[in-house]
Amino acid sequence: MNRNLYDFLGLCVAVAFILALKGLSSPKSARRGNLIGAFGATVATILVFFAPQEIAQSGTQSTGHHHTLLILIAIAFGVIVGVPAARKIQMTQMPQLVALFNGVGGGAAALVSITEYLKLGATASTADVVATVFTVIVGCVSFAGSVITFLKLQEIMTTRPVVFPGGRFVIAATLAGVLVSAGWVIHSMGNTPLLVMGLLSLLFGVLFVLPVGGADVPIVISLLNAFTGLTVAASGYVLQATLLIVAGTLVGASGTILTRLMATAMGRSLFGTLFGAFTAKPQAVAAAGEVRPVKSGSPEDVAILLNYAQRVVIVPGFGLAVAQAQHTVREMADLLTAKGIDVAYGIHPVAGRMPGHMNVLLAEANVPYEQLVEMDEINPTFPQTDVVLVVGANDVVNPAARTTPGCPIFGMPILDVAQAGNVIFMKRSMRPGFAGIENELLYDPKTTLLFGDAKDSLTKVVSALKNL
Amino acid sequence: MSNGLALLSIFVLSIFIGFEVVSKVSTTLHTPLMSGANAIHGIILIGAITVADRASNNLQLTLAIVAVVLATINMVGGFVVTDRMLEMFKAKPKKAVGAGSESATANGGNK
Repeated sequence: MNRNLYDFLGLCVAVAFILALKGLSSPKSARRGNLIGAFGATVATILVFFAPQEIAQSGTQSTGHHHTLLILIAIAFGVIVGVPAARKIQMTQMPQLVALFNGVGGGAAALVSITEYLKLGATASTADVVATVFTVIVGCVSFAGSVITFLKLQEIMTTRPVVFPGGRFVIAATLAGVLVSAGWVIHSMGNTPLLVMGLLSLLFGVLFVLPVGGADVPIVISLLNAFTGLTVAASGYVLQATLLIVAGTLVGASGTILTRLMATAMGRSLFGTLFGAFTAKPQAVAAAGEVRPVKSGSPEDVAILLNYAQRVVIVPGFGLAVAQAQHTVREMADLLTAKGIDVAYGIHPVAGRMPGHMNVLLAEANVPYEQLVEMDEINPTFPQTDVVLVVGANDVVNPAARTTPGCPIFGMPILDVAQAGNVIFMKRSMRPGFAGIENELLYDPKTTLLFGDAKDSLTKVVSALKNL
Repeated sequence: MSNGLALLSIFVLSIFIGFEVVSKVSTTLHTPLMSGANAIHGIILIGAITVADRASNNLQLTLAIVAVVLATINMVGGFVVTDRMLEMFKAKPKKAVGAGSESATANGGNK
């Protein structure tokens, strides 16, 4: 293919990516934006098989494309793995899938740079080596970090911050090791230094994410996403591929902004989240085994409370999603609305596991969009609300975020449900939420607890309501 | 302008475009936007294909092929999962509700 035509088409793909990101930032055009991006990526992938000789063969004596069949098989394999994973995943598990996709992308970028580095050998320029070093470090950190976030979100490992004595010194030492080995690679350009640097970077990625607490995990995913973008841009520099530079940089820059926006929405300081690793101290865990009186009720009690209310606000949390109770909660809301009760859903920005996650889950259950009210709008209405029904949520209504400096969620904006006349908690147990902190509101006299699986409890409440 | 400098210019200008494009997004769209951006960096696939294509020994070829597989998962899976998320946001068949949700989201998301 003609070089000019190839570069021109590459430019078109870059524009498609810009339009994709632009489209994704507005609800009306989001889906179209994503399709434009997918189209651009497909075009780029087909195009690369027809790359002009000078790009495809730089540094080799032979001519023509090699390994094409093998590459196609690899792509087919990737599609076979990726598409069913994306299609079949439960909407509740989506955040960890995104984390995993991000991780493999970072890993791919690191491998690309390593391969190119091995190929260039002694002919690599210093700029190439510096870019390679950057790609390998950040790619490995992104890969390892994403795997850890996946494990945390999947609850394969603890969701609490993992902090061990002297942890910050270990992390600092690892970082220093990464930097020293980077200098070693740039100086002596061997394969061993690169291997050492790669391994240390993986270790750093793990250590970097371990101390991050549950609620901050989405922010870290977003940040690692931006990291991977920059990795791709740097490998584009090594390969002299303009499109990789543009696409990678776009993701790096927009990812950074998005990370900041997310942190703001959650009331977290980005700095605090990132360097939590260096400042975190082992915290006193809420005294276990301490038994305090709580008021628990039956589904009938809850139904009666709801039936005689004027205004009910439902606060859905991740527990609702886990129990797949979206549809039951909507059924109950419809019943209440039919009785002339004003029903709204109070949606915390990070309800679920990620910003916007709960909107997706409730939309799936056909909850009317206008009943979903964002935190800032619903908070002033709580004093006029008779009953708040908290379904499988905990941290987002925990007053400790306001009252207990030093607790992991301190400073996070919360739904002010304590202002309402009655609060009903539907919980499986007294177990604390994702952030692992005790909720004082559970012991409040106006709180009623209904233990059990959210879907079960809601079904019972619905039938009790029908009988009233 | 040397090639290196040209690439650097592209890099710097792309940073500004990236900042500009997503400067204001409603929280509802944070997750899909992150996921979409995640799919876009799957474009490393073309880098992986390029290095696989010109690999000159088995080690290089193996590493590059693994990169092709990983990058494909990132890209294809990323776009598919983003589409699934956004599917949920489409206007409901009931026209009144659909119109309401459209304007409600637009108010939340527009600058």
